[in-house]
Amino acid sequence: MDFYDRDIVSIKDFTREEIEELLDLSEKMVPYAMGERTWKPLSGKILGNLFFEPSTRTRLSFESAAHRLGADVIDVSEMSMTSISKGETLADTIRMVDAYCDAIVLRHPYEGAARLAAKFSINPVINAGDGAGSHPTQTLLDLFTMRSNKGSIDGLNIVLVGDLKYGRTVHSLSDALTVFGAKLTLVAPEQLQMPDDIVRNLKDKGCPVKQTDDLEAVISDADVLYVTRIQKERFPDPTEYDKVAGMYRIDNSMLREAQKDMIVMHPLPRIDEIAPEVDSTEHAKYFEQAFNGIPVRMALLKAILGGEEQ
Amino acid sequence: MKEIKVAPIRNGTVIDHITAGQSLNVLKILGVNESTIDSTISVLIKVPSKKGAGWKDVVKVEDRELDPRMVDKIALIAPDATIVIIRDFIVAEKYKVKLDDIVSGLVKCSNPHCITNKGEPVEPEFRVIDRSSSKLRCMYCDRILTNISDNLI
Repeated sequence: MDFYDRDIVSIKDFTREEIEELLDLSEKMVPYAMGERTWKPLSGKILGNLFFEPSTRTRLSFESAAHRLGADVIDVSEMSMTSISKGETLADTIRMVDAYCDAIVLRHPYEGAARLAAKFSINPVINAGDGAGSHPTQTLLDLFTMRSNKGSIDGLNIVLVGDLKYGRTVHSLSDALTVFGAKLTLVAPEQLQMPDDIVRNLKDKGCPVKQTDDLEAVISDADVLYVTRIQKERFPDPTEYDKVAGMYRIDNSMLREAQKDMIVMHPLPRIDEIAPEVDSTEHAKYFEQAFNGIPVRMALLKAILGGEEQ
Repeated sequence: MKEIKVAPIRNGTVIDHITAGQSLNVLKILGVNESTIDSTISVLIKVPSKKGAGWKDVVKVEDRELDPRMVDKIALIAPDATIVIIRDFIVAEKYKVKLDDIVSGLVKCSNPHCITNKGEPVEPEFRVIDRSSSKLRCMYCDRILTNISDNLI
């Protein structure tokens, strides 16, 4: 399959076969991502990192991925220093940055920003999160983490827990999991449940979906427990946040009910959803998941930017 | 009871089979207001539809034919509407409104956080995912458009 010069805007733009090919390539990138081997196929290429919102993991891992493959990175570290603060449109900013680099990584607070950027950029655009919209590279690294730990995603019972209403990672992920034939259990308080149109869409695609607010009742059947942070900033009324904050806290006593090989994932940052005592158990895969951002983003950059083959 | 009939028009357009309750929004699309109205407009709200068991609205506009952009907008809020053009009391043209696969520049996204609502130099674009209920998905933010009539451009 040819990914050269292709935009990475939404995971929905990719078939299962294409996703699997990217995951295979990600697997090959692991020793290079760990620094055990060296390969610089993107030497001479320049990646433009445009982050209009704060980010730690995504930004650093894109930088690291680019450097590991020999590419240079240009970025804007302080948006208030740019013409964006003078009212320049995103379209104009993109056209300008496009002329300075070979691919653009964009994080933006507004939904659809990456689609717009892709329209104005000649070079490929990678969506690194657009508001509450898509975060396709996070989805790829989540799928990679599941596949590398469980062998296959088909038929897995995936329990998504936490903020399923606003969390962009779970929206993209649930859609992709449907393509892979997983079963979904959605655990959230009523006010943070997955939006109805997304649930309907999952069911229309033939995905078995169960919704509940009782995590303890479903944890024993889980193959993967995907935990998300309940985001305080999303609540207009702080008292509403207080009602649901701390509702789900994964600790070792809760995990006693879980299958031995059940894995716990989290896109991070966590606040108190997962107790630190879980970190040292076999279940904890969230730091491995964070590392997987490197080989997956290396695979993407190599696929869309080309460069020499091994 | 005396039946009130709407007289046939000599020249103009009849917009028939409008989804019941949408005729006032059709008037909005036609741009009818106190300074633009210069001929008779008849509006029938919730009358029995001969086509099926349901109800419909009808709008008759004298001495006026619609431009294609207006017809496209009517298709968004009344997907079963028919446009009948009358010239000298005779039906000169009759056609059903039709939604294209992509709707561009007619309606804005109902998601306030969509990039197309932030002053960027792009027209909002939607993919039609269900013709019968005019279900549209924003091609930028991927959300389903709600409340089309309030978001018409």
